[in-house]
Amino acid sequence: MKLELGYIDIKGIRFGTYNAVEDRVLVVNPDTLIEQVLEDPHIKAARFEIASPGEKTRITPVKDVIEPRVKVEGPGGIFPGVISKVDRVGSGKTHVMRGMAVVTAGKIVGFQEGIIDMSGPGADYTPFSKTHNLVLVMEPAEGIHPHEYEKAARLAGLKIAVTVGELARNIAPDETVVYETPTIAETFDAKLRGLPRVGYVMMLQSQGLLHDTYVYGVDAKRTLSTLIRPTELMDGAIVSGNCVSACDKNTTYHHLNNPIIEELLARHGKTLNFVGMIITNETVYLSDKIRSSDWTADMAGFLPFDGAIISQEGFGNPDTDLIMNCTKLEKKGIKTVIVTDEYAGQDGKSQSLADADELANAVVSAGNANETIVLPPMDHIIGTLDYVDTIAGGHDGSLRPDGSIEAEIQVIIGATNELGFNHMSAR
Amino acid sequence: MSKFKVVHYINQFFGQIGSEDMADFPAEKRQGPVGPGIAFQQAFGDKAEITATIISGDSWFNENLETAKALVLEMVREEKPDLFVAGPAFNAGRYGVACGTIADAVQTELGIPAVTGMYEENPGADMFREKVYTIATGDNAAGMRKVVPLMAKLGLKLMTGEAIGASIEDGYLPNGIRKNFFDKERGAARAVNMLMKKLADKPFVTEYPMPSFDRVEPQPAIKDITKAQIAIVTSGGIVPKGNPDRIESSSATKYGAYNIEGVDDLTAETYETAHGGYDPVYANEDADRVVPVDVLRQYEKDGKIGKLHNWFYSTVGNGTSVANSKRFAVDIAEKLVSQGVDAVILTST
Repeated sequence: MKLELGYIDIKGIRFGTYNAVEDRVLVVNPDTLIEQVLEDPHIKAARFEIASPGEKTRITPVKDVIEPRVKVEGPGGIFPGVISKVDRVGSGKTHVMRGMAVVTAGKIVGFQEGIIDMSGPGADYTPFSKTHNLVLVMEPAEGIHPHEYEKAARLAGLKIAVTVGELARNIAPDETVVYETPTIAETFDAKLRGLPRVGYVMMLQSQGLLHDTYVYGVDAKRTLSTLIRPTELMDGAIVSGNCVSACDKNTTYHHLNNPIIEELLARHGKTLNFVGMIITNETVYLSDKIRSSDWTADMAGFLPFDGAIISQEGFGNPDTDLIMNCTKLEKKGIKTVIVTDEYAGQDGKSQSLADADELANAVVSAGNANETIVLPPMDHIIGTLDYVDTIAGGHDGSLRPDGSIEAEIQVIIGATNELGFNHMSAR
Repeated sequence: MSKFKVVHYINQFFGQIGSEDMADFPAEKRQGPVGPGIAFQQAFGDKAEITATIISGDSWFNENLETAKALVLEMVREEKPDLFVAGPAFNAGRYGVACGTIADAVQTELGIPAVTGMYEENPGADMFREKVYTIATGDNAAGMRKVVPLMAKLGLKLMTGEAIGASIEDGYLPNGIRKNFFDKERGAARAVNMLMKKLADKPFVTEYPMPSFDRVEPQPAIKDITKAQIAIVTSGGIVPKGNPDRIESSSATKYGAYNIEGVDDLTAETYETAHGGYDPVYANEDADRVVPVDVLRQYEKDGKIGKLHNWFYSTVGNGTSVANSKRFAVDIAEKLVSQGVDAVILTST
């Protein structure tokens, strides 16, 4: 399967009376976009704000981050089964508005939404301090349940990203990259012989109760482990519905730009043979964990993989899924590297994972989420500081009288991303 | 600004007293730098000065540990230094143990920061790396040129109060404290590189060595459940409405004990969850879903269990460190045992 991504480098965002991309600047009319958001009766009010790199701006509580894209050629549309109708995506041509994101924020859904600082020490920990952000701030209708609000907020962000992405349809890309994935038969081609057969096992957060991920619109906790083409993710086959801790939730932006996929495809045919990827869920019942990890290991052996990278989302309970996936592959003779993050306590002295096994001897760490940071006061707050003390990683008194915040880096969106999106690690 | 003062500890060999035949040499203090101290002095530049060097025989120190330690400590105390440097000891076992012992004592008894250097397989490294910053060295003195600048740099940081980086940044042996740093490559690239090495049977270094994991053997089954006193302990965060103990929504530092004498049902008016890791609607509607008081009261009345314990214990298991969890568990278990509880139902979320 072959997908051509045309990257259009967005240099800024401004409000106007029409919607367009002009000289690489996104111009949006907030009124027309708000109308679209308010079509959903679960949202009482909405407004848009703009946050650019280097500004003394703090966005919180952030729910999701989404990169606008548009399908230019080939079947399907962005976010199939959710916004576009169900059709198999991942081939043809897609335009990407690189350097910007749609960020959803506003009154909290759960406790696990986070912070993006556009400058200062916090900015080093999140990739979204480097993007021009169109921030959608929402207010839920009165009396609705958190899960209804989560769904409304999730869909509103995706809808706006698709509306914005559409503006890039007829723009000539600044850079074009072709991503091509082989069929299983092609992975046995003579030219790939001798290269190690490498796979990717991607664990999707699906613990339920506001911890969910959707694949072509299907709730991942109701799925069996399955194969997916890496390029399908680039067209939005997987979207986040997660209120897991800000630092290690895979936002929809991360799903669209999965760095493990990028690294494996870049080396495919050169130093390795990227055979394929398996998506599997992270559930809360033991029987489901056993079934999903059995299924994953069996499929990895069936393809077969010589080695695999396993990525996680969230922490604690899913550490057990991670270790099950790892040990079951290792016992089949498939060598693994796991990508995770650590909860080693604020003093860094505690055991980092809730599960462990000596077979998990190759670990990439995205850092200790419990390490604390002081975020200085900002001139401009998008959203509200009302929840800083109660979001995961905050504590009673996190928000200080001068507007600075003392909290764990757990509160920062994407800080310890377990797809290996960042450079941070721990020793 | 006046220079920082440093005292350096070396053995008889590096003190140019002699080799193994002089290992019984008792500690002696000299003014200024000696042997490797000259390289340290260069590395410190004009920021710090080695005011004294203590030279001691390896056998003498290890065979007279307590008196040796006391004597050397006294020599250090007299100098009132800002930093104590020991070694580097490379792979010399007795020298390493001496460096670790005295550096640890200088820190704990004199309150003066210390730095040493050793090969990771030096027995002294195993004993002291979690107590004293121990710069990783090669297994012999040929690595002196490399290790001195690292020890000096870390020593200066300790004196000025500058933040110490992760072990991999500042070159010390991992000391059990996980510390964040920004690596050159992103995690995904590091993962692929590590996998390629693992597949090629080449050496690779995991970024997180797995701890030895303590598996708890289940207790034998209760013989007669109809006579047993049963308690509920939860990490699901159920607390009396208003969360009187202010248990954190994640990374909990405390637990609560709540009396349920005479309580037959946890209602939306009286109980809620403090947990920040899941949609709280259903737990808040009816906290019995997490702490099943209603069902156990019924069992109590029906004679299916002996008694429901008068207290339930609750914390939030959301990002809460294993160390904190262990501390809570020890506390709670002691209380349960002292109150004659026979069995516990542990609920999570």
